[in-house]
Order: sequence, then C-alpha cells, then structure tokens
Amino acid sequence: MNIQKKGRFGAFGGQYVPETLMSALEELESAYAKYSADEQFRGELKYLLDEYAGRPSRLYYAANLTRLVGGCKIYLKREDLNHTGAHKINNALGQALLAKKMGKTRLIAETGAGQHGVATATAAALLGMECEIYMGEEDTKRQALNVYRMKLLGAKVHAVTSGTATLKDAVNECMREWTNRISDTHYCLGSVMGPHPFPTIVRDFQAVISQEARVQILQKEGRLPSAVVACVGGGSNAIGAFCHFIGDKGVRLIGCEAAGRGVDTLQTAATVSVGRPGIFHGMYSLFCQDDHGQIAPVYSISAGLDYPGVGPEHAYLHDIGRAEYVPVTDDEAVEAFGLLSRTEGIIPAIESAHAVAYALKVAKEYSADENIIVCLSGRGDKDVAAIARYKGEEIYD
Amino acid sequence: MIDISSAFTGGKKAFVGFITAGDPSLDDTERYLNIMQNSGVDIIEVGIPFSDPVAEGEVIQRADARALAAGAYLDDIFAMVGGIEKKVPFLFMTYANPVCFYGYASFFARCKEAGVSGVIIPDIPYEESGEVKEVAADYGVTVIDMVAPTSEERIKKVCAGSLGFIYLVSSMGVTGVRDKFDADISSVYRKIRAVTDTPVCVGFGISTPESAARMAAQCDGAIIGSAIVKIIEKYGSQADEPLRKFLTSVASAVHSAR
Repeated sequence: MNIQKKGRFGAFGGQYVPETLMSALEELESAYAKYSADEQFRGELKYLLDEYAGRPSRLYYAANLTRLVGGCKIYLKREDLNHTGAHKINNALGQALLAKKMGKTRLIAETGAGQHGVATATAAALLGMECEIYMGEEDTKRQALNVYRMKLLGAKVHAVTSGTATLKDAVNECMREWTNRISDTHYCLGSVMGPHPFPTIVRDFQAVISQEARVQILQKEGRLPSAVVACVGGGSNAIGAFCHFIGDKGVRLIGCEAAGRGVDTLQTAATVSVGRPGIFHGMYSLFCQDDHGQIAPVYSISAGLDYPGVGPEHAYLHDIGRAEYVPVTDDEAVEAFGLLSRTEGIIPAIESAHAVAYALKVAKEYSADENIIVCLSGRGDKDVAAIARYKGEEIYD
Repeated sequence: MIDISSAFTGGKKAFVGFITAGDPSLDDTERYLNIMQNSGVDIIEVGIPFSDPVAEGEVIQRADARALAAGAYLDDIFAMVGGIEKKVPFLFMTYANPVCFYGYASFFARCKEAGVSGVIIPDIPYEESGEVKEVAADYGVTVIDMVAPTSEERIKKVCAGSLGFIYLVSSMGVTGVRDKFDADISSVYRKIRAVTDTPVCVGFGISTPESAARMAAQCDGAIIGSAIVKIIEKYGSQADEPLRKFLTSVASAVHSAR
C-alpha cells in the first residue's frame, strides 16, 4: 500500500542480503504473491486464526483505567488473549502456512522475549514442521520460562552467544543458518523488518489487528479513535495496529519505543529517537549505531523491544510525519505494568506496558466523549519474575 | 591504483588472500599485508571490521571483534593501507553499513586516495548495487559481484556487467574452513563464461594448498580468508613466519594448478 518501488517504503527498505539468500527471497516473494491472492489459502489462514488462535481479539473498554486517568475513553485491543499470549501468533501462523504451501518442512526463527519463538514453535507443532529457534543467551536467562515452553512444543532452542547475546545477534545467527540451508527451510521472521518481502508479509499478517479494531470501535463508539498507541521494537504489533488507520488522517498513530534508562544514556533502545539511517539486517532503515557506523549495543528491560533497528515502514511513517514515535523508560513501563494489573486485573507484557504508560499521558489530552486504542500486544505472565527482580525481590521462574 | 585484471595476465591463476584490518593491531596488519604481497598473494582483500558480520563464520567474527576492541576504525585503516607501497591490487571487504555511514562518495574517494582498486560488500546484492557501483565508478573503484550456489537463473543478470573478477561462493552458509563444497564449480564456471569473460575466483571454505589448487584448476583463482585469519588468531603479533610459510605454499599450489 505504501510501496513506491519494489520493497521500499519511501527511501527505506530494500534487500540487503548476501547473494546466497536472494533466490530464497525471490521464491518467497512469488509464493506470497500467489497465495495472498488465493481464496483457499486465505480461508485456511482465517480458519486457523479464528478457531485455533481465538480471533477476533476483543476491543475492551478499560473503564477503571479511564476513570483513574480522567481523560478520554481508553480501549485495549486484547492481543494478549490470543493463543500463546501475544500478537506474534498472527504472523507465525501466516508464515508457517505459507512455508508449508511452498513445500518447506522446517522453520527457523529469532526471538527476543520468546513470544515469537513460542508462536513459531506452536505453528510448527500444529502444522507438523521441524522448528529451530535462535535466542540471545541473555534473553534465554531473562525469559527462561519461554525457553522451556518452546522445548515443550518440540522446538530446538539455540542460545546465541555472539555479539551482545540479545535479539540482534539472534537475527544474525538466523540469517547465517538460513544461508546454510535454504531448500527445505523457511526463515519465519518475527517482525516488520529484514529484507523485502518480509516487512510487507509481516505487516499484512498483523494488519488483522487494526482491521478488527477499526470495525469494533465504530460499533462501540460510532467514531474513530483520536489516537492508536502501540509499542515498537521492530514494530510488528504497531504496524498491525496502525495499518487500517493510516488512511484516517484524524487518527494519531503513536509508537512507543523502549528508552531503557533514558534516551540521554547509552542504555536505550529508542531507535527513532537516537538512531541514524543505515543498512543492516537486510534493510535500509534507522539504527542505533556509534560514530563509526558500528551497530550499537542497546538496552531495555524488555527483551522484546531490545533491538537496535526499526522496521522500514516505521522509518517511512516517521519520515513523512504520519506517525509519532516516543521514548518510554523502564521505570515508566514498570509503573504502568503494575497500574494496569491493579486497576483492570490485566497483567500486560512489559513490551505492551510501554504503550500503556504513554497512553496514560495521551488520554489526558482528550475529552470524555473521545477515545484512544492501546494495542495490548501480549500478556505479562512471562515477565512476572523479571519485574519482581527489578523491584529487588529475588524470585525466579 | 593497480588494475585488478593484472592479477590474471596471461591466463595466470590468482591467489586471493584476506585478512582483517586491525587484528590484532593496525601495525601488525601493515606488516602482514606486506608479507602477503611478498609471498605470492596476487590480490589482497583487507577486511574492514564490522560489529555484525552476517556473512562470516566464527573465525572472522572473532577477528572483527578483536579489531574493533583494538579500535580499528575507517580513517586509521585508510591511512594504514594508503601508506603501503602496493605490488598487487588491494581490495576492501566490508559490510554495507560502515560504507553507507561514511558516505559513498567519501568512502570511495578515500579508497582512490589509498590506492585501493575495488570493494567486496557481501550484503549489497545485485539488486541494490546500482547506486554504490555508480559512485565507485566515479572514483575508478571496482565493485566485485558475487555468485552463490543458489544463483542459477540470476547468473545472467548478476554477471552481465561484472568487472575485476567474480567472487564465486563455493558453498552454502558463511565463511569458514570446510571439507565439502556445495557448488559444482566447473558447471557454474561454464554458466558464467557464457555471460562474460571476467575472471572467476572461488572462495568460502578453502583452507589448504591442495583444496586451493583443486578450486583454482576449475576457474581463475582461489580465495582464502578464514585459514589465514586463524594463523593470526593463533600467533597474534608473532604470525610473520607461519604466515609466510602458509602463503608461499598456497601460492605455489595455485600458480601451478591446471
């Protein structure tokens, strides 16, 4: 929809990968063009999304939170209620089904918080495919429970020790493994990043979030939201939440990046705030990098937002001023994590808590007859132990 | 700068050797580069280290990490390479981001100034190479095209305008020593020959004089990286003699390959 030339969003995007992978990208692109227009494929995917993953997800009016904040109505798009507990399943089912149609028998994927790894392992189990997940060693410690979930689902989990041992290094290892074995293997990329056609494919599979939310809010409120708020790491739940509102000029689109300990420190992952244009992980986009063009180590309490880049469509939406990107610190996210748990009885993923934190500010800018939608991208069970540790309580999962 | 084609004069098979700049220090690299050109290496690839070298196996990943930890950055690398009196063509091998960040025009201007004849950037495939090739050409710098075992139908478009030499990737996966090679070198070589006369050198996984000779016999040259970097990893600043010994034996094997 925003593609001006092949695989580009404005200047951003492209296909910056070794020659070995180019034929695989060509194969994927033509298969996606075929199956995304195929009624039977679309029907099969819709069946899986509805009957297996539990779609459509609810658009829940958070009355207690709204009362507490005292601004406009706050709605939560409950992606946390999906099977496996996050929006990641939308894309994993889509890509796994596509890969199966392409005759692939093996899925590989990177994961940060573990949600995409769990979603991919789940889709692989369902569709009878082999699955190997690459996860930074740091993250396997932060998210030990998800590692075990993936193993239960029959996946092999590789702890990546190279570089900073977090999400970007998991992507590096995945790309290396894909160059090693293409013929039977699909790289089930988890976010709207990487080389074309991944940013488009993942966006299309996540667009169901805003497709539903737009209908739901019109039914409930008879008007569009004043703003849609979502957290952004690579940016898949945010693109999914924004997509069908991009044409509605009156709807503010707000991406909340992980500021970690603050954008004035080096311990941050707020790419749009502190990053510069560059070429990495297959795309021309914005990246956190040092003064020599080396990719910078990033930090956030959230393993899912701890990524030094952002998807090319976000870089474009930022560039043309259609979406705003704001930094949210660890402290703010942890506070919102607790607040939503106490006021609504909903424990959000620490990633989603970044969006909740900023939504509290946004809601105050609007009146009681207006509304905003927050994409609650995942549930927070996986984060409970880490939050306890953050608060100085020694519990382990 | 020296013309890359001079390495293939009279049908000579070329030995292309790679080391990472700044591993373990730029002073060592300068000495090692001179050893390379005096030990029969016909084309020298100087690796500009990158934080996330996705096409590299563990050996070169570690070399990049050592070089960056030692502070080997572009301006210093340009100065060091520029100071070497060159007897053979020098190339830079790096990733898109350091080049993009430095600015294409500034980067290739510095290449020209340093007497560097070409660049290899594995994460800029044919489809994305237009802009970089245009700027490089303005400074007389050649961008080397790569062909992989999976290229097949792509060979025609990738090689149609190739200059210098074509880097034929022997195998799937990343750089590093291996025992088996995926590509049927002779068959891919014939497909390339149907498109262009540009020489073809094969790399990825070659580690011994024997395998280098076997590969070179099937095309126009053999490329060795990880096996050389391993020697530097083992001996650090004292790699002069082991390097000389290894390079000389590979050079003689490649040069007598039939």
